[in-house]
Amino acid sequence: MTEFVKPSIEYFELWPLLVVFGVACLGVVVEAFLPRSVRYTAQVALALGGLVLALVGVVLVAQDVQTYDDGAARGVLAVGGTIAVDGPSLFIWGLVLALAIAGVLLFAERHLDGGVSAFAGQAAAVPGTDAETASIAANREHTEVYPLMMFAVFGMMLFPAANDLLTMFVGLEILSLPLYLLSGLARRRRLLSQEAALKYFLLGAFSSGFFLYGAALLYGFAGSLDFAAINEAVRNDVGNQSLLLIGTGLLSVGLLFKVGAVPFQAWTPDVYQGAPTPVTAFMAAGTKVAAFGAIMRLFYVALGADRWSWQPMLWIIAVLSMFVGAALAITQTDIKRLLAYSSVAHTGFILTGVIGLQASDQLAVGEISSVQAVLFYLATYGFATLGAFAVVSLVRDGGGETTAIDRWAGLGKESPVVAAVFAFFLLAMAGIPLTSGFVGKLAVFSVALAAGAWPVVVAAVLASIVAAFLYVRVIKVMYFDAPVGDGPSVAYPSVLTATTIAVGAAITLVLGVLPGPVLDLAAAAGEFIR
Amino acid sequence: MTEYIVLSAILFTIGCVGVLTRRNAIVVFMCVELMLNACNLAFVAFARQHGNLDGQITAFFVMVVAAAEVVIGLAIIMTIFRTRRSASVDDASLLKY
Repeated sequence: MTEFVKPSIEYFELWPLLVVFGVACLGVVVEAFLPRSVRYTAQVALALGGLVLALVGVVLVAQDVQTYDDGAARGVLAVGGTIAVDGPSLFIWGLVLALAIAGVLLFAERHLDGGVSAFAGQAAAVPGTDAETASIAANREHTEVYPLMMFAVFGMMLFPAANDLLTMFVGLEILSLPLYLLSGLARRRRLLSQEAALKYFLLGAFSSGFFLYGAALLYGFAGSLDFAAINEAVRNDVGNQSLLLIGTGLLSVGLLFKVGAVPFQAWTPDVYQGAPTPVTAFMAAGTKVAAFGAIMRLFYVALGADRWSWQPMLWIIAVLSMFVGAALAITQTDIKRLLAYSSVAHTGFILTGVIGLQASDQLAVGEISSVQAVLFYLATYGFATLGAFAVVSLVRDGGGETTAIDRWAGLGKESPVVAAVFAFFLLAMAGIPLTSGFVGKLAVFSVALAAGAWPVVVAAVLASIVAAFLYVRVIKVMYFDAPVGDGPSVAYPSVLTATTIAVGAAITLVLGVLPGPVLDLAAAAGEFIR
Repeated sequence: MTEYIVLSAILFTIGCVGVLTRRNAIVVFMCVELMLNACNLAFVAFARQHGNLDGQITAFFVMVVAAAEVVIGLAIIMTIFRTRRSASVDDASLLKY
């Protein structure tokens, strides 16, 4: 038995994490003690202030980090080696915080639905009862969504930075639990929303059970939960190989569920459709960024030496995700489900990047590492998705949002600006040149090619063509189909949603035309601490 | 030592099959909890085998996380039961295809 050593807590490096967590706790206190009338303002200000403060912290830490242990990576191991604050962590933290700021703006939108937010007036009131009518008449809304969101952001930052399996599991749960609740809080179509929350919760808890059993088996294999120690055990070939293989498989189930890869994609369309659109926007972008950070850290840092056993699995899952996602997206009649299946296809594209070359010392001049490519793709995907869902929240009819695709016919005439912006986001997801999606796809395909995964790249190019067809189909409906009945109406958003959409579109354009600075930033992130 | 690992694998499998076959959301959720407890057993058994405390500490963390999950899960199942008067996972089928 080793002596107990008091861990040192690196307050400066952990500043962004601590701020977000502190703001989340403060939000709970605000909810308990402030009168209802000022809660909205207080919560939004608190959330935005905290996120901006954390983002400033990320920039300061990023400027300060030193090379770790004379290796290729820069950063520090904090809290006794459980949290790795290294380049990729900081990049993901910055990205998650930026997406979360945009998410708060969408959450705070009250202009679209006649002065109330997209969240239920009182989630405990049964739909169609007097209690609900009273809560609507009193113009109530749940301001608990902001602290919940802050806890989710905290989880999204802890998850990819975790440097042992226990911290990773805790991060996974902190990220997931608030999102289960947020999915069930829609103001309109409450039954759909509650059903989405139930499905998301049961399947999510099921998959985290797999993650945990995988962690237990890997612990049995290596005798430690620490990634570096697991890597050491894999290299030295000590321990029971079947524990390692089964453990890796079970851990992948938990992680691939979170990113919605085939065959673990079943929850994606249901939850994306049922959840309130601001939650869908934030969750679709943030979860994917955080979970891919965690996938890369687990596979590269802990299981990097065991690459030959997990790479074939990821090859198959990447190809399946791309084709199943694209093919099922074509058959959809609901725009949110279509975007959900398209996110499944994007998971496949990002996995293509994950199977690429990892370490910078294996790279030829001019090649980029897979960490860099995946981080860049996540940035492009995050902002395009967030923007697209923000646009979805604008198109409405009498009963709230109209998400049926055929009801979007004639949107190009009704509101040329909204239709053009949405078409632009769709083209970015399709990977058309001069949008961010093109550069992102180019990056992940080239790293996969450099690693010799050419069958996956060929499949990915074919799947891109299938996916392009489905995006173009939506554009055709918006511009060339005759409107059904009165056609869709576009609600005028307040400055909050308008800013989010404008920033999303601007970033999507800039990353497509001038990808250099962000690619350099992703390159500067360097490698994981091993 | 192997006996405990085998027992935990059996418990995990029972939980897993339960999640896939049972109809009531509460029972499904109980099966998930059974899976988490099977993980705990495996962690503690491996901790004994390797002679370090990491696995035992993990078991405590898992208990806390499982408790938090119960709070969230029962809240969600409660709301859906109040609107539908049923906790069957087969009835919640508005979202499909």
